[in-house]
Amino acid sequence: MKPIFRGGLPRLSFFLLLLIAIGLLITDLQGGSARSVRSAVSVVLTPLQWLVDIPSKIADKISVVLVERSALIKDNNQLRSSSIVLERKVQQMMVLRAENIRLRELLNASAWVDDKVLLTELIGVNPDPFQHQVILDKGSEDGVFIGQPVLDAGGVMGQVVEVSLYTNRTMLVTDGRHALPIEVVRNGMRAIALGKGIHDELDITHVPDNADIREGDVLVTSALGGRFPYGYPLAKVISVERDPGRKFMIVTAKPLAKLNNSRYVLMVGTVPEIEILQNNQTVIGSEINIEIPPVGLSNTTADSQ
Amino acid sequence: MSQHSPGGLLIILGTFIVALMLSQIPLPTIMEWWRPEFVALFVIYWIMALPQRFGVGSAWLIGLMLDVLKGSVLGINAIALTIIAYCTLLMHKRMRMYPPLQQAVVVFLLILLNQFIFYWFQAIAGTTGGSFEFLIPAVVSAIFWPWVFVLLRSMRRTFKIS
Repeated sequence: MKPIFRGGLPRLSFFLLLLIAIGLLITDLQGGSARSVRSAVSVVLTPLQWLVDIPSKIADKISVVLVERSALIKDNNQLRSSSIVLERKVQQMMVLRAENIRLRELLNASAWVDDKVLLTELIGVNPDPFQHQVILDKGSEDGVFIGQPVLDAGGVMGQVVEVSLYTNRTMLVTDGRHALPIEVVRNGMRAIALGKGIHDELDITHVPDNADIREGDVLVTSALGGRFPYGYPLAKVISVERDPGRKFMIVTAKPLAKLNNSRYVLMVGTVPEIEILQNNQTVIGSEINIEIPPVGLSNTTADSQ
Repeated sequence: MSQHSPGGLLIILGTFIVALMLSQIPLPTIMEWWRPEFVALFVIYWIMALPQRFGVGSAWLIGLMLDVLKGSVLGINAIALTIIAYCTLLMHKRMRMYPPLQQAVVVFLLILLNQFIFYWFQAIAGTTGGSFEFLIPAVVSAIFWPWVFVLLRSMRRTFKIS
């Protein structure tokens, strides 16, 4: 016969467990060995994430099957025309790129290496409103590494903060813990874009009161942090507020990437090391291995030799 | 009452897999604060119903899983759920006697505590949204509690988990 209420309160184990959890928390905040605990547990939990994603995948499939013929034709025409426009731009790009390489060689600057990209599908959004994170379906098996930049068609989305075997977790730029060095396209002014934990808003911090920044300015990555390649668009300034009582302006920007509704995203593979121009720098430019497409470029390459 | 049914543990685990999935299902941005804290609700129920089988340690483990699943700083959910589990353990005998409405009020307070623990530790890790929206889940969870309670109780009775 078992007593109905057995034993007292597990005070000791309660305090021990709390201590262990706090220990984990501290090591995790300092970027320590808690990462291995996390990746071990997340391998076990991966099937769960896939399971959660199944309904939206099925809905996607169904909506693909049920599209109307006229809508498809319209879509197709639109895509065709936009592809022609883009192709024209690429034709110009090739010439410009070759020219850029030559000029960079002249300047002793390091080469602009073309970034390798990996097309990835989004399989989950972090439901915790305290975190702005998404889960993507490429992991360490595909060569994903921590700190890898993630983009969509509009611009920078975020960076990888956690890798398990088959998935990774990407922190979006609007997360309260995210910061990114940027520069203003118009004049090259450098600043840092901080996430605020609010959807579709970024804070540009420590901008001096007399700095030249306006509404509508496009901000691109400046590569100074060493993680993001140079020149990917991040955000557009939506408000600039000058308060005479403060040392810095309050600048707010809106991310250009569709953080909430991109399903296919790109992970940038190699981060080119754009070194700051220094006169006595060794030239890496001689070892560039950019595959220049043969079409339409034979002239310029011949010129350069 | 003489023996633990061997399938019981599996069923408890099953309910938690469902709870973890419910905590992962994507909601539109406007709704994201309106999700009840299913895992915490389930922990409260199982501790109230079977304190001799489901205790502080199990709550801690579930919390760790939730941490990894949510990608929050490792340990936040474990701390919150352990504290909630302990509080529930303190008053589970009383809670069994309460009418549903009063139970819901207690659940509201427990989830409120949960949300505050989140908020404090999140503030250590980085900035937070800054509004009081983070308290909404406590209200929603309290509203969901009677249904969770009835559902899990009927499950416990049909499978005779004790």
